[in-house]
Amino acid sequence: MALRRFDLEAGGDSFAFKPETEPTIAFWLGKYPEDKKRSAVIPMLWLAQKDNEGWLSEPAMREVADRLEMPYIRVYEVATFYTMFRLQPVGKHHIQLCGTTPCMLRGANDLKEVCHKAIGKPMSVTDDGRLSWEEVECLGACANAPMVQINDYYYEDLTPESLTEILGKLQNGAEVKPGTFVDRLNSAPEGGATSLLEGDLYDGSRNAISALPNLPKDAPADPAPQATEAPKTAAPTNTKREDGKTTLIKDSKPAPKTQDKPETVEIAAGEEDDLKRIKGIGPVNEKALNELGVYKFSQIAAWTPANVDWVEDFMSFPGRIEREDWIAQAKTLATGDETDFSKRVDAGEVESSKDEGDE
Amino acid sequence: MLQDKDRIFTNLYGAHDPGLEGAKQRGAWHLTREMLEQGPDWLCTQIKESGLRGRGGAGFPTGLKWTFMPKSVGERPHYLVVNADESEPGTCKDREIMRHDPHLLIEGCMVASRAMRAHKCYVYLRGEYIAEREALEKAVKEAYEAKLIGKDNVNGWDFDLYVHHGAGAYICGEETALLESLEGKKGQPRLKPPFPANAGLYGCPTTVNNVESIAVVPTILRRGAQWFAGFGRPNNTGTKLFCISGHVNKPCNVEEEMSITFKDLIETHCGGIRGGWDNLKAVIPGGSSVPMVPAEQIMDAHMDFDTLRDLQSGLGTAAVIVMDKSTDLIQAIARIAYFYKHESCGQCTPCREGTGWMWRVLEQMVKGDAHHDDIEKLLDVSKQVEGHTICALGDAAAWPVQGLIRHFRHEIEDRITQYRAPRALVQGHTVAAE
Repeated sequence: MALRRFDLEAGGDSFAFKPETEPTIAFWLGKYPEDKKRSAVIPMLWLAQKDNEGWLSEPAMREVADRLEMPYIRVYEVATFYTMFRLQPVGKHHIQLCGTTPCMLRGANDLKEVCHKAIGKPMSVTDDGRLSWEEVECLGACANAPMVQINDYYYEDLTPESLTEILGKLQNGAEVKPGTFVDRLNSAPEGGATSLLEGDLYDGSRNAISALPNLPKDAPADPAPQATEAPKTAAPTNTKREDGKTTLIKDSKPAPKTQDKPETVEIAAGEEDDLKRIKGIGPVNEKALNELGVYKFSQIAAWTPANVDWVEDFMSFPGRIEREDWIAQAKTLATGDETDFSKRVDAGEVESSKDEGDE
Repeated sequence: MLQDKDRIFTNLYGAHDPGLEGAKQRGAWHLTREMLEQGPDWLCTQIKESGLRGRGGAGFPTGLKWTFMPKSVGERPHYLVVNADESEPGTCKDREIMRHDPHLLIEGCMVASRAMRAHKCYVYLRGEYIAEREALEKAVKEAYEAKLIGKDNVNGWDFDLYVHHGAGAYICGEETALLESLEGKKGQPRLKPPFPANAGLYGCPTTVNNVESIAVVPTILRRGAQWFAGFGRPNNTGTKLFCISGHVNKPCNVEEEMSITFKDLIETHCGGIRGGWDNLKAVIPGGSSVPMVPAEQIMDAHMDFDTLRDLQSGLGTAAVIVMDKSTDLIQAIARIAYFYKHESCGQCTPCREGTGWMWRVLEQMVKGDAHHDDIEKLLDVSKQVEGHTICALGDAAAWPVQGLIRHFRHEIEDRITQYRAPRALVQGHTVAAE
């Protein structure tokens, strides 16, 4: 956990968003439901930080809180939790140096030396106010390590020499284009990509198919590939996969249809079984089943798998009937036998199987 | 080896136009309306049959996750939230999708939303990805203007997509912390249950998916579940973006088939190990959270969920961090321990205190300034953190330490012995005194 406090002195007494930021604020507020304005707190604090020379002062936090109708403490809490909110003044170009293991393995510690020499201690600002730096945790550009983020953008594949040069240019007021500093295209291997070289990926031929495979009407009975690509080319060449044994996750069940509703019976009052003697059925489920017209063990015992699906879907507890094995229980009970559970119910040991009125 | 024609992310390196025209030329937004017309059951079934497992690290079957959403929309709307808070050290794949192939992601969001009966989707980007956010916002704008998404769009399913961003907190990659953050709070994970599918964003049914899991969906549907399931070994199917960093000659991101062997992956795309294969020491195969695997075990291993699990590690996000013999492994893990100490949200005591404790002890061990029985104590503390926290950050902090001790205990012991030899008379030790 990072412990962070804000700089109350440097922040002054007031803060106002720049007029040109207002449309952006409206854009962000438009993304969330009317009564959930609070969701915009991080984007708003970020905009405030932009308008306050790269750091968040306490008046800026209050301004955001007022606009979002949030208690100040809730905004302070957010500002101190998230480490991209800087709570003390920074230089015009703030360098965030990634020091986590993947960058460290490729020389981030040498880059730290460069920063120490060129700028000074972390979070100190150079006398001309142009540069400051800090070490941060993984910035998510590990294939381009080591790297730094300067204000908004990433500078990748750095060496102490190239970083020194960048810092020198920034200090002299020159601009430096972000991106990689070696001979590569973004995160492709240095010297040229080893994949994505075939031209027909980009000539629109992927749009040649006119219908989706596997549509319901032509669903094939056998799972053999029927895509446009022949399996021999698609199959891996370097794994010991057994052909034809592609693992498919268990077939999903089709949506329950109305005809799968279990059959109902009409019975005279007092003739119904105590369904609560089945493990898994309490007063609530019993009532729901009664409403479906299910009163007898024999009915449940006769359910088909389709009926089970229907009931599970109706009562919104997928898998439970099978898991608790209602049908086997019902079969036993329908013959007049007892189950371990029903014995306990009959003995009054199962609270959840008692009727509300029993107590 | 995966062939170019079977790659999903054909603009991974940004050599081509990331805009709508370029994306359409590469096959995006083709037959989208037909997919949406098939409805949730067909969509979920297809994704289940493709064997797609979540690409965010845990490897949970994506199609199955979608079916956890309620079957009908009640009073509360459904939400899809896409986790683009890519911060696991070693991982840099989603970034490439968002800046170079954003339309695949947007299309995927729409299809996945249909499968979950959602009309709204939030993409939560990590705060540092500013260039990526700009690229994605641009693509979203294009999609709205072309009426591909929005109200009364040409695809026939009302759908709004909003880009949101965080501000530098690793923990917001945990799904419930992400939702807290999206609601404008500190990113501290929620207790589960209730699971997000019941009560997620604003208390509404929500599913959180990784960027890559969502972005591959339209292509799977266009080419068939069997096509996707044809790559990799059983239960570990499909193509996967690998991020290779550390001591290889040419670190890179690349899309390969699942279950490619480590050696093939490195030889084909990364120009081999720095200093040759004999120089390989250990590999962290799935981002900083998974335990390292020593060279002799990883070389011929298949890069997939099950093989790496059997090696007591994991595929995680397929972020392969390679370390050669020049690496001080204790230092490497100590730096990872610092990372977790820095990123712990502070909510659960075992993690808040344990991560700091483990880091401090490891820093002592880097110097050798420790006792031999501290190794056992460190292992014990890691076990006390693991499994005793609300979210998996505690586990993630413990596993790298356990991996180090499991495979390279002798190095720690040697260092301690070396340090202590000239200081034989020093009494006591100060480890963990803080």
